[in-house]
Amino acid sequence: MIEGATETVVAARLTGPRWRPGRRLAIYALLAIVTLLLWQAVSALTLPIFFPPPSEVAAAFRKTLLDGTLLEHVGVSYLRILAGWTIGCAIAVPLGLLAGRSALTRMLVEPYIEFFRYIPPIAFIGLFLIWFGLGEMSKVLLIVYTALFVMFVNTLAGALAVEPEKIRAAQCLGATRRQIFTHVVVPATVPYIVTGLRLALGNAFMTVIAAELVAAQSGVGHLIWSARLFAQTDYVFVGIITLGLMGFVANWVLRQVLGRVAYRYAIQL
Amino acid sequence: MGIAIELEAVGKRFARAGDAGGDYVALDGFTLNVREGEFFCLLGPTGCGKSTVLHLVAGFEQPSAGRLHVFGAAVDKPDADRGVVFQTEQALFPWLTVEENVAFGLTMRGVAPAGRAAILDRNLDLVGLVKHRKKFPRELSGGMKQRVQIARALANDPRILLMDEPFGALDAQTRRRMQEEVARIWAATGKTVIFITHDIGEAIWLADRIGVMTRGPAAHLKEIVDVDLPRPRHAMTQAYVELYNRLNATIHAEAEAMLND
Repeated sequence: MIEGATETVVAARLTGPRWRPGRRLAIYALLAIVTLLLWQAVSALTLPIFFPPPSEVAAAFRKTLLDGTLLEHVGVSYLRILAGWTIGCAIAVPLGLLAGRSALTRMLVEPYIEFFRYIPPIAFIGLFLIWFGLGEMSKVLLIVYTALFVMFVNTLAGALAVEPEKIRAAQCLGATRRQIFTHVVVPATVPYIVTGLRLALGNAFMTVIAAELVAAQSGVGHLIWSARLFAQTDYVFVGIITLGLMGFVANWVLRQVLGRVAYRYAIQL
Repeated sequence: MGIAIELEAVGKRFARAGDAGGDYVALDGFTLNVREGEFFCLLGPTGCGKSTVLHLVAGFEQPSAGRLHVFGAAVDKPDADRGVVFQTEQALFPWLTVEENVAFGLTMRGVAPAGRAAILDRNLDLVGLVKHRKKFPRELSGGMKQRVQIARALANDPRILLMDEPFGALDAQTRRRMQEEVARIWAATGKTVIFITHDIGEAIWLADRIGVMTRGPAAHLKEIVDVDLPRPRHAMTQAYVELYNRLNATIHAEAEAMLND
């Protein structure tokens, strides 16, 4: 029996070069301090109404946090994103997989995709408000629309990129057409789907804020817009920083969930 | 011994992309009988249509003319009774571990997990991958990946094993060792094998008979050579060298002619 020990075993490296955790933390702390100092310096050059200093923004942050309004806005925006993103992806993934394997489906679907993908969701805000009212429906559907295209295009690309050798290997191993779809095409497309999920999430953030700026009674976009009306620049800052934090958290959660499958599918998170 | 694979005046045309010049005739009048339990090497210059023959026997493509029978039945689609080892590692499923790859056919065909375990162990042992069964293909070397492919094909216990230049992408040392492995596995399992290669030495190490193909297009068998050397074949004996030179001259003539076509 010949052993594989003498052959070079290539260790799988899924991450690029990285700093040690302790050092990374120190550097991030330093970055935070530098950012705050810069912010303070810039705000000293002008009036708070144009560029409020960190202390004022912190106070506004504290106030909205304590009276519960901030978390309410965050919750509302998150729910809209989650609902729209989930529905959009749930429609797009099967459709993309199907289009990747069936020439007919692809032929029927692709012209629509190619036409609508270049129309930014924001262009539809007015129309969606007229059609679906000022309530949740219009915002969620707008995000569905947003997520749908990114997700479809990515899934389709993945389904089309499945190597013919994989399909053939499965065929001569006794797999049926259906099994080839579920056991070869779907798993082979997973890395593309994951990319789509992340891109769609980012786009969903953009869309929800746009929709909330235009017409909403709640949500972080609404917070930013109404603060602007009253020239409460500090609250505008609170909204913007909250958005950054929300994206950070959403991405972190997604990474935790995807972390379970990342190694198997060689996905770089 | 019976005939396992029967190709009679088989032709294969491919529609050319675009409309220039009609179809491409890859094979024309290709006739070959492969005996049951035989190790048959198909040797020929690059682009001569060796792989096309294999794809036809595998059932990936259908002949445009002639007759193709495997164990007396016409071939019209891929079947678990004809295992294929591909040249490229792309044929492996990178999201499955070594043992999951090897068990793929068993899983698809609904073999119960209890029955799977013994088959899995036996085939992993046969190719020397027991220690690496939990690894993913990307964690293996090129030679080991090809062993996974071999074990995966064998796990289905096909009567025929089709190997399409399986070691073409390996370095010389690894290739040499894989050839010994295949010779050993063939002796242990008694499968009927069609092995495609453009490496004359490889063909002589492995084959009972070597079929030399003419250059394409419209390729067919130019001659069939019996390899009457004792096994195991580890040494470059006089007979080996003579056979090598003879095959080399034949292939060289085809390659030269191809340049002048």
